[in-house]
Formats: sequence, structure tokens, C-alpha cells
Amino acid sequence: MRIRFEKRPEPSRTMQLLTPIASVLLTMLLGIAIFDLLDFDGPRAVKEIFLTPILASYKWQDVAAKAAPLILIALGLSLANQAKVWNIGAEGQYITGALAGAAVAFATSGASGSWVVVLMLLAGVAGGAAWAAIPALLKVRFKVNEVLSTLMLVYVALQLLSYLITGPWKDPNGHNFPQTAPFTAAQQLPRLLPGTPIPPGLAIAIVLTLVFWGVAKKSIYGFEVRAIGAAPDAARYGGFDLARTTWSTLLISGGMAGLAGILEAASQLGQINLGFPSGYGFTAIIVSFLGRLHPVGVFVAGIVLAVTYVGGQVAQTVVHVPNATGGIFQALMLFLILASDILVRYRIRFARGGGADPEAVR
Amino acid sequence: MNHRITRRRLMQGAGASLALSALGGRAFADEPLKVGYIYLGPVGDFGWTWAHDKGRKEMVAALGGKVVADYVENVKEDASALPVLRDLAQQGHRLIFTTSYGYMEQSVQLATEFPNVIVEHCTGYKRAKNLGTYNSRFHEGRAVLGTIAGMMSKSGTIGYLGSYKVPEVVLGVNAFTLAAQAKNPNIKVKLVMIDSWFDPAKESAAAETLANLGCDVITTHTDSPAPLQLCEQKGIFGFGQGADMSRFAPHAHLTAIEDIWGPYYTARAKAVLDGSWKPDDTWWGFKDGTVKISPYNPRMPKEVQAEADKIQAGWKSGSYDVFAGPIVDQAGKQRVAKGEKMKDADLAVIDWYVKGVQS
Amino acid sequence: MSADFVISALVTIVGVSTPILLAATGELVVEKAGVLNLGVEGMMLIGAVTAFAVTLSTFNPWLGVACAAAAGLGSSLLFGLLVLWLGSNQVATGLALAIFGIGLSSLVGTSYVGMIIPRFTSIFPDALARDPFWRVVFGYSPLVYFALATIFGVGWLLKRTRPGLVLRAVGENDLSAHSIGYPVLPIRLAAVAFGGAMSGIAGSYFSMVITPLWAEQMTAGRGWIALALVVFGGWRAARLLSGAYFFGILMTLELYAKASGFSLLPSQFWAAMPYLAAVAVLAVISSREGRGGEAPACLGRPFLPNG
Repeated sequence: MRIRFEKRPEPSRTMQLLTPIASVLLTMLLGIAIFDLLDFDGPRAVKEIFLTPILASYKWQDVAAKAAPLILIALGLSLANQAKVWNIGAEGQYITGALAGAAVAFATSGASGSWVVVLMLLAGVAGGAAWAAIPALLKVRFKVNEVLSTLMLVYVALQLLSYLITGPWKDPNGHNFPQTAPFTAAQQLPRLLPGTPIPPGLAIAIVLTLVFWGVAKKSIYGFEVRAIGAAPDAARYGGFDLARTTWSTLLISGGMAGLAGILEAASQLGQINLGFPSGYGFTAIIVSFLGRLHPVGVFVAGIVLAVTYVGGQVAQTVVHVPNATGGIFQALMLFLILASDILVRYRIRFARGGGADPEAVR
Repeated sequence: MNHRITRRRLMQGAGASLALSALGGRAFADEPLKVGYIYLGPVGDFGWTWAHDKGRKEMVAALGGKVVADYVENVKEDASALPVLRDLAQQGHRLIFTTSYGYMEQSVQLATEFPNVIVEHCTGYKRAKNLGTYNSRFHEGRAVLGTIAGMMSKSGTIGYLGSYKVPEVVLGVNAFTLAAQAKNPNIKVKLVMIDSWFDPAKESAAAETLANLGCDVITTHTDSPAPLQLCEQKGIFGFGQGADMSRFAPHAHLTAIEDIWGPYYTARAKAVLDGSWKPDDTWWGFKDGTVKISPYNPRMPKEVQAEADKIQAGWKSGSYDVFAGPIVDQAGKQRVAKGEKMKDADLAVIDWYVKGVQS
Repeated sequence: MSADFVISALVTIVGVSTPILLAATGELVVEKAGVLNLGVEGMMLIGAVTAFAVTLSTFNPWLGVACAAAAGLGSSLLFGLLVLWLGSNQVATGLALAIFGIGLSSLVGTSYVGMIIPRFTSIFPDALARDPFWRVVFGYSPLVYFALATIFGVGWLLKRTRPGLVLRAVGENDLSAHSIGYPVLPIRLAAVAFGGAMSGIAGSYFSMVITPLWAEQMTAGRGWIALALVVFGGWRAARLLSGAYFFGILMTLELYAKASGFSLLPSQFWAAMPYLAAVAVLAVISSREGRGGEAPACLGRPFLPNG
């Protein structure tokens, strides 16, 4: 008896919806097993990681704070991924966005008014987009594989951050510690949008999710991006410009990452130090895959991942699991969603006897 | 075990203690004081964090049933420390120690959000009604190490592995150098900053570089035993950092500066218990027992041990201060005149090196 | 600049270069077969903690290295299964492997923090290994010689043997290779497994040679430098070898400059150099011949025999 994969006439919608959910559930089960193996209280740990942040209302703000940057970055990445443009340098664009926003903050120090923050956010978008423009140029002009170029630039961005906050941007009142001067009140975002229980970062994420959804569903651009990703040659004959799409998707995803960066800097601590790069740029890749590259899916996936972050911290205090476990869970979810991807495009058939080509998996 | 808490009991406890704290005063006579700690690294790091955790255990042992202490390790120095701190506060911890400089803004925010929680920030400088700071006079220990290095170095060049050019490190470098110069006026101190508190491979490579450049005694301000292991391999001498690290380098390890936080934590917990706590900027040293020198390596000659003992005794009695003038900086400018001593306020923000440091 | 100074510097450089050479050699084979495995950092850490744990309990460093190789290989098989047989996206799967490896190694390593093992040093007699001059040849851990032997072996294999040719064919044009009758997926899996083993051994270098202890994330990003090195070397063994030592010189130069009081350029510039250099090389070689230069043509793309 052999297992045969039979290609579906079109991708299964049920599977597209079911597999992320199944991945999360399966991760929870695997998690219990792993923890028990290592002598921790498995069910307890998994409960703290996955359920407590959802059930305990005082944790919602922390979840929202963590989800916003993930969603923002992943929205941009999903767009790029649909066009088969692989931007894995979002972490670097996140950093340069924050630095660009900080530059504006330092240049306008002393000024007040809400335009300051708006300008900072715009600078953040520009900073992230500029950093993504480098791999875009390299790809269009020199045919450089963007996976490698975006990744390498992450580490350059990290060094740039280190240089600036230990050198020219070091806080003059900071006793020589590697950090920038704190942002003034005018340069920071409020914890919550006035009159609402929603943090500004999440509000922006909600709005942009709807925007991206609209673009994906209704606009020619959305169609163009998908077409280029699905069948580049056909798309080219159809008049779509591959180079333009490379540029636009990289700039947009870079801009989104940069926006997330400056939002984080301006709303959480009001200062940038060496601990600033939190790895959101990489986790957002997981979010975009878990969300199946769909804006609404990405929104939900961002919340799910934020829950595991926050839950991981709770589990640390309560069950004393090391905080490395957060990464393990996120990776497991990604593995599972990637593995289950095949069920979306293929149906499993059990056939008697041989004959099927074991290599023809696609 | 102290730190295993059940969630349900926590929520009940949190609710109860928050209600009680609204009444204020000594309503906690019966309920043990919950003390929380956040650590930068793992408690098994045998260095900075391990020493803090040792202090936590000593506090619990000293105060018996009156305190209960919990910790969270590997807390990053970014915004994600805030939820952890809020958790601790909401779980009813009324005294929270944040044990690294990078928790400064988070400590400030925590103190603002929870006015009934007392926060103590280690190596920081921002204070509030319920936020105090504390530090240890590590540089007193560096003076002891410098004395030993000055006497034991045959090449006349000794090495200092630093992390960042922040006052705590600069103080250490200067104290080390001045004390070594007191024993060997021509001694040279080579300084390398590796821009990290913890990166074993880089620490090892940096120590190796210092050794290659002629240093035969190396001290480090970074947190792993890697530099010591390198010293052992090269057959030169080194010092432990934060804890006795002789097991990592039985031949090379001359002695170590140990951070002893127990007495401080006990004192502060007691102050909270009896209501006498006030925000302070505590900077204890040998005299108050926060700095200790670990046992000397038997390979250390008796005269050297005697000198090291003398320095320690001098700090304890107040008769010795390594930062007594005249002190000249790297550019040759005199910073401290003869007969003067540096004031604590200047020590806390120091950003220049003394002459003799090659950086 | 005395002879001793030069020799000491060389010894340091070799020590710094070896782990990235080991990992990059493995990844070279993987990429030559057309697969991009970004999970090197994770596999290195899994190797590092395994090597430490095994050496600690068995007092046998050789067993430690062997187990590190096995652990790295095992984790790479997870990647290989997903990517080759289930067709999952190589970039995402590789990243997941990296994140997984970092987390798993931290979790497993919690009980090993603060412990020590003897350093896995030279097996040559002290007279040679510690000799002021001859240590530059004989003073290294066996892993150093292994790394050199392996890169030479891989280079020779790729260029001059039939299996090497087949591997390259699979990476350049998998459809043609398939039609000739070569088993594309098993060959790729073997390459991935080799890469995993080498990454595991590279990780063991950290916990057994550089600093015989375990600390979370102790590879501190060297896995990503190894990826940069493969690119920098233009997917050629000889260039990769010289690139490894070039990177090692850069990293060591930074420390020497600091220790001697020179800081011509900020240290972050030196730290960023390997990555900038890789990007620059990419730009140069990718545009050559218009088709993508020397990167294996099928790099990162799934094998689709049925279109």
C-alpha cells in the first residue's frame, strides 16, 4: 500500500483554514510532551503559555503591545511573499526605521505638537523602506538573490544601531551607557488611544490590516502581486512588470517593518538601547506563514504569536520554564504549518500496489 | 519550595494584598513579605546573576518565614521586562529588585504604575518615592586585584577585559591601574572593550589577544569564565569575576571579587517589614560586606597575600582609598590633587582613564 | 613585530576562523545541491550543547564531537523532510530550524550552565604543540585539522569526482539530472545531512575548544556569518577557505586594534565587514554572465519534475 499525493484542482479552502488551527493545537500537545520529558509541569506550562494571556484580561494589553509590531511587519511580508519576493531582512528594516524616526526626534527636540510624532512615524516608514531599497536595487540591477542580501543587511543594521547609540547618539545624561537620549513627551505615543482601551500600535495595525485586505481583494495591484508570484512568465506576457513589483513589495514590506520599529521605540520605552532588536522581524515571518499570507489571517496569527510570547513570560514566573521555550513553540508552529501546507494543495490517496512515482510529490 | 506559586493562590493573594495595601501601615504582620527579583542572565551563570540569587537565598534564610522570594531569570533589558515586572507586582510582590542597569526605564515605569510596590534598581541612578537604587563598590575589590597583579606581573603588562565604557567599568579599570602602579610604577594596563557583557567566544579571543600582546595577568569585567579558561591554557594568571571561579582555572585563578548581596537584601527587606524603608542610593563596599575577596590561590607568594590583605583591611577601616590624589588622566591632566580624594558623585559618572591605561 | 607576535596572532586567527569554516563547508555542499538551509545557527547550537553534555558525562571528547555531528544531522533531516518531500518553503523552514535550534539548545542546556569540561586541545605531544614556533602547526585542536581536511576533500570531490559532478548537476539543473536518472531528492537529502553534521561539529568547537562551557546562544551569530561566507566564497571551496581566514583576520584585527589603542574605525565597522563583503561579492558575481553568476541555478527552488 502506498501513499499517493494527488494534486487538487484548486487549493482547498477548508484546509487553508483548518491547517493553521490544527498546527496550533498540535503544537500545544507536543509542548506538553516536551515539557514533561524535561521534568516540567507540562499541562500547566502549556496552559500558561496559550490560555492565560487570552483568559486573563489584565494580560490583554501586553498581548496587544506584542501583537501590533508582528502584525504590521507580517502584513508587508505577506504581500512580498505572495509575489515570491522573500524579504527576510525585516529585522534590519525594523531597526533602521526606528533609527530614522529617532533621528527626526533628535532633530526636532524641544518642539511640541502632534505633528512631531506623525513626522517620526513617516520617517520610520521611510527608513525601513530605504533599507529595503538596497536589496531591491541589487535584485533588479544585479540579479542578487534577495534572501541573502536582505539577511546580510540585518547584521549590518545591528552594527549601525550599536555604533549610533554608543557614539554620536549616546545619551549625554546617560552616564555613558549605550542608549539614546529619551524621547520627550511630545515624541512619544500614549499608552492607550485617548478615550479607548486600545493601544495606538494595535489601532494602526487594525486599520492597515483592513487596507491590505482591500488592496488584496479589490485592487489590480493585489492581483498583479499574486499573478507574478503564481506564474511569473505568464504575468510578464500579461504586461505585468516584475521589476516594479520587486521594488514595490520590498519597499512596502520595508516600510511596514520600519513603521513597526518606530512605533515600538516611541510607545514602549521612549528610548533605544541595545536590547531594542527583539527579533520581531524574524517572528513576523512565522506570522505571515501561519496567517497564510492573507491580511486577516495575519492579524489573527499575530495575536496567536503574541499570546505565546506573553504566555511564555507568565510560564517563566509560575512554572519556571526557561524563556527559550517561547522560541521552541513558535518554531514548532511554523514547522507544522509548513508541513501541513501540502494538504492544501494535495489530497492524500491510499493506493494499492506500486506504480506511483515516490518523487512526484508536487 | 519558596518560588513555586499556584496561580489561584496568587490571584487571591494579589487581590487581598492590594486591598490591604490600600489601608496602608503594618497590615502585613502575619503575611510574609513577597519579594521579587528579575535577573538578566540565568541563575547558573556563576557570575553576576548567580551572585544576586545567592543573596536572595541568604535573605530568605536570614528572615525565615517573614519573607517569600521569587525570581524570573533571562529577562531581556527591553520593553518585554515591563510585563514581567507588572506580573510580579500583580502577584503581590511588594518589594522588587531589578538587577541590571538596562532595567532602568522599566523600573521607573513600574514604580509609577504601582505606587504601593517598592522597587530597587541595581546600578541605576533614577529614584522616586518608591524607587531606590543600590550598587556595590566593586572598585574597592579591583584595587585589591590591581595590587596583586602589580606585584605578580613579570612582563610589566597586565590586561583588562571590559564590556562597555560605562562608569562602573571605568572605575574598575582606574582602581585596578592605580593600585598596580602603587606596586610597580611602570606597569602598563592594556584595555579591550568587547561591547558585550557576555559573549564567551569573543571574551576568549580578546583575552588571547591581550596575552599575545604581552599581558601575563588578565582581569575581566565580563560575565563568563571564558577569559579565565584562556589564562589557564596560556599559563598566565587571571581573576574571577563576581564569584569564585577557581574551578574553571585552578592554576590561573589567583582570586576573585565576589558580589555579596545577602546583607543588603536582608537589610532592605527588614526595612520594608518594619516600615522604615526610604528611597536611597546605597553604595556599600568592603566595610558593609557587599564586596568580598575569595580565598587566594596557594601559588600566590606570601608577601603578595599580605599586601592584598592590607588593602582589604584599609578599605574596611577607611584608612585606604585608591582614588586619593595626585591622579593624572591619560592626557596628562591632573584630575585629583595631592591630598584630595575623589567624591562619590564624581566616581559615579567617571568617564576618563588614568595615565597608564592603554585603551 | 617579533616572530612570537606573528605566531600568536596566527594561532588566534585560526581559532576564530575554524568554526565558520566548518559550518560553511557543510552549507556549501547543501547549496551546491540546490538547497538553501538557513538553519545553520540553530544546528550549531544543538551541536554545541550535545557535544558538551556528552563529553561531560562520558569524558570522551571524540564521542562528544561525534554526537554533535549526529545531533546536527538529525535536526537537518527534519528540515530535509519538510523541504524535499513535503515541498515546504525553504526560507521559512530554514528559519524555523534556526529558531527551534536556539530554543531547544537553551532548554536542554539549562542543567549544564556553570559546568566545565576539559578543553579539547591538540593531540600532538607537548613538545610540538606547545613549542613557541611549531605550535602554529601542531598546537590546534583536532577539529582544526578536520576542518582543513574536509574543505580540501569537498573541493576535490566537487571538482574532480563523478559524485561531485552529479551533485553539482542536481544543483544547477535538477530537471535534466532527473531525466538522466539521478535520484534528485535522495542526493539533496544526503547533502542536507552532511551540512547538518558539519554544523553540529562547528557548534562543538565552541563548547569544547574555544570555551569549554555551555552558555545560551554561545555561538553568538557565527552561523549567519557562515552563510555569508558561502556567498562570499562564490560557492567555491578554495575561495571559501581563504574567505574563512579573511573573516578570521577581520575579527582578530578588531581586537588587536582595540588592545593596542588604535581605533581607526569604529569596532562596529569591522563587525559588519563580513556581511558587507558578502553583499558586495553577491552584487559582483550575480550580475556576471547575466544569469545569476556562480550561485547554483536551482538554489532555494523546489524540485518539480512534473512542472
